[in-house]
Amino acid sequence: MARIGVFICHCGENIASTVDCGKVAEISSKIPGVVFSTDYKYMCSDPGQTLIKDAIKKYKLTGVVVGACSPRMHEPTFRKVVASEGINPFFCEMANIREHCSWVHPKGEETTQKAADTIRILVEKVRNNEPLYPIKVPVTKRALVIGGGIAGIQASLDIANAGNEVILIEKEPSIGGHMAQLSETFPTLDCSQCILTPRMVEVAQHPNITLMSYSEVESLEGFIGNFKATIRKKARFINEELCNGCGDCTLKCPIKKIPDEFNAEMGKRPAIYVPFPQAVPNKPVIDKDNCTHFKNGKCQFCKTNCSAGAIDFDQQDQLITVDVGAIVVATGFTIKGTDFFPEYGYGKYKDVVTGLQFERLLSSSGPTLGEVRRPSDGKVPKKVVFIACAGSRDPAKGIEYCSKICCMYTAKHAMLYKHKVPDGEADIFYMDIRAGGKNYEEFVRRAVEEDDVNYIRGRVSKVYEKNGKLIVRGVDTLLNSTPVEIEADMVVLATASVAHSDAESLAQKLHISYDSYNFFSEAHPKLRPVETNTAGITLAGACQAPKDIPESVAQASAAASKTIALFSQDLLTREPIIAVSNKSTCVGCFLCQSVCPYLAIEREEIKDRNGNIIKTVASINSGLCQGCGTCVAFCRSKSIDLQGYTNNQVFSEVSALFERSEEYV
Amino acid sequence: MSEFEPKIVAFVCNWCTYAGADLAGTSRIKYAQNVRIVRFPCTGRIDFMLLLKAFEEGADGIIVSGCHPADCHYTSGNYHARRRWMVFKDLLDFIGIDSRRIVFSWVSAAEGAKWAHLVNDTVSEIRNLGPMKEYKNLENVSSNKIGELIND
Repeated sequence: MARIGVFICHCGENIASTVDCGKVAEISSKIPGVVFSTDYKYMCSDPGQTLIKDAIKKYKLTGVVVGACSPRMHEPTFRKVVASEGINPFFCEMANIREHCSWVHPKGEETTQKAADTIRILVEKVRNNEPLYPIKVPVTKRALVIGGGIAGIQASLDIANAGNEVILIEKEPSIGGHMAQLSETFPTLDCSQCILTPRMVEVAQHPNITLMSYSEVESLEGFIGNFKATIRKKARFINEELCNGCGDCTLKCPIKKIPDEFNAEMGKRPAIYVPFPQAVPNKPVIDKDNCTHFKNGKCQFCKTNCSAGAIDFDQQDQLITVDVGAIVVATGFTIKGTDFFPEYGYGKYKDVVTGLQFERLLSSSGPTLGEVRRPSDGKVPKKVVFIACAGSRDPAKGIEYCSKICCMYTAKHAMLYKHKVPDGEADIFYMDIRAGGKNYEEFVRRAVEEDDVNYIRGRVSKVYEKNGKLIVRGVDTLLNSTPVEIEADMVVLATASVAHSDAESLAQKLHISYDSYNFFSEAHPKLRPVETNTAGITLAGACQAPKDIPESVAQASAAASKTIALFSQDLLTREPIIAVSNKSTCVGCFLCQSVCPYLAIEREEIKDRNGNIIKTVASINSGLCQGCGTCVAFCRSKSIDLQGYTNNQVFSEVSALFERSEEYV
Repeated sequence: MSEFEPKIVAFVCNWCTYAGADLAGTSRIKYAQNVRIVRFPCTGRIDFMLLLKAFEEGADGIIVSGCHPADCHYTSGNYHARRRWMVFKDLLDFIGIDSRRIVFSWVSAAEGAKWAHLVNDTVSEIRNLGPMKEYKNLENVSSNKIGELIND
């Protein structure tokens, strides 16, 4: 027989000003099963907690209902109180009579009645509660980091330096990401590769890090502490163990005119190539689609010239399964593609380039070895127009957000251009200059004041060619919206940063949520900016939203610290709010399996003593189940129940919704 | 006779609508007192038999509300709830319950004001529809009478 205590909190005046707490306690005392009820000014305070503890002892309570604030606020507090008196904490429920009652209704009888009703509903729930115990699961102390840009590199190093194993996978042939493509970085004008490549080498040489380049996630199963990831190691047609990275093959390849991805297609590369000289690992890869051998079998130049005998045309993709305990997703971003700006003539005029392409022109390792030469005729442009917010903050283009990095890199581009072409002119069309960040505003001022960069506030409507010049037609909104036309030699678009085209499919493989722009979603925008809603998976860098390098690195270290904290435990404790199946009534229709978002429902064969299968039933993997209860609502034979929200509990809550009127008694 | 005060039950998910109702509270947005809230982990958990049960218990109107599409804490529970609701609606027609008595909505944890509007709108809608009599009429039909009806 249940012996339930009801404790009504005044919350100072917060509840008591509109709800008659004494009356609620009095009404509650008449609910069947309630043996004690009282009200007190601050139930969460120390004396309030003592009051509950004393009542539990004195009245031998078996369950407690606290009528106070939202359970989202103080449920843990009161469950701890109850547990300290030896009662299973899940026999404590909170009735929300503050947020859902006293704060939203005027003082009066009806408000008091609503509070009393809320108590009655929860008393009915507690009467049907069952003891629950936290679930313990072991932890595999090995992390999977997806993406080898600066965020993935930083996270890997941090986790590995704390003594844990890391598997870093990168889909491109080399790690480095976008940062490896940059010339110099704002606001200090550090050489990007000079600060990045030592980190890349550190990753490759770290005893705790296994680097898998040219690899992608194929699938993911499991749960926090116990993931099983299948990784597709794409065939690079090179035996990495034999290859010594001499690079002879890349020189001998007769195909030489393939647009070079690393140079943002501003340069050319052969069919067997190393993306860039400092690549890690420094092993080439054969681009199967463009290789003559794979097209018609006629060419073997690389193979015959490889002194190490490392070329292996028969190599196949490998699927490798690894056990990991945590995952850091650091897959980064991409920039909007070629056909996105017909009005700016992108794709039509060779001298209209993206910011990333201009970056390669500025880079000393780029196709022009750092000289600014325009793509069409190789001449040094004397007038360059930069267009900020190309696509970003433009609802008409479907990208309403700010790409965040463009203001700064556009200022940097204009500044570097002026350093390289001192007699050139740089004009920037902008909407706003967003230079929030340490030393960022000063950097923009420097571009204007020291390097004579001309900022024009306004949008560009059109770019077209006339007499060998690019005419940029825009407006200057600071000069009374005067139309402006500039004859430029080159136009640089600060195109919007967007999520990778395969971000959505990766999110689905990992079971993490993503927003309407396909950026991955954090668990809470303010308080859990690093974790995803899937326990054990964290985010780092621009896969979550556009970010600059310092922010990506900071988030990567944060993700690493979350991972290290997880790995510091030998066993994980989870809330026992999970589904359980009744294997004797389950008929094995597996409707539940088809609706489970976590693939937590497994088929279990029930066998007789001779080993013959009698039936196949649903069995719930308590590690995977997150406790949404969707399976419970779908189960036709009521063979699945959700602990903490059992059918018994919720149906009796509904039965207690209203005080039964005469006609029902 | 005083104005009819409908009894409303709200079945809400813990992560979005319950938190949205909390926000209405912390923002002190006033709304009608007629609603009683039952908390679920997810709208996907809401067995729609509970809705019928609530009517049986005397509810005049029901709100089912969870996370917006694509916002579900459990990835897809809200879609299953929506799918179930589409089917359930037909069943309501079949058993003779006005489907306007059930309001299906999305209220996020940031939409305290929307929650208040939802409750108020539902209360006035149900007030117009009048008390829910269908079940009460059924209770008056004694088992003998049902037998007669069947024999006829």
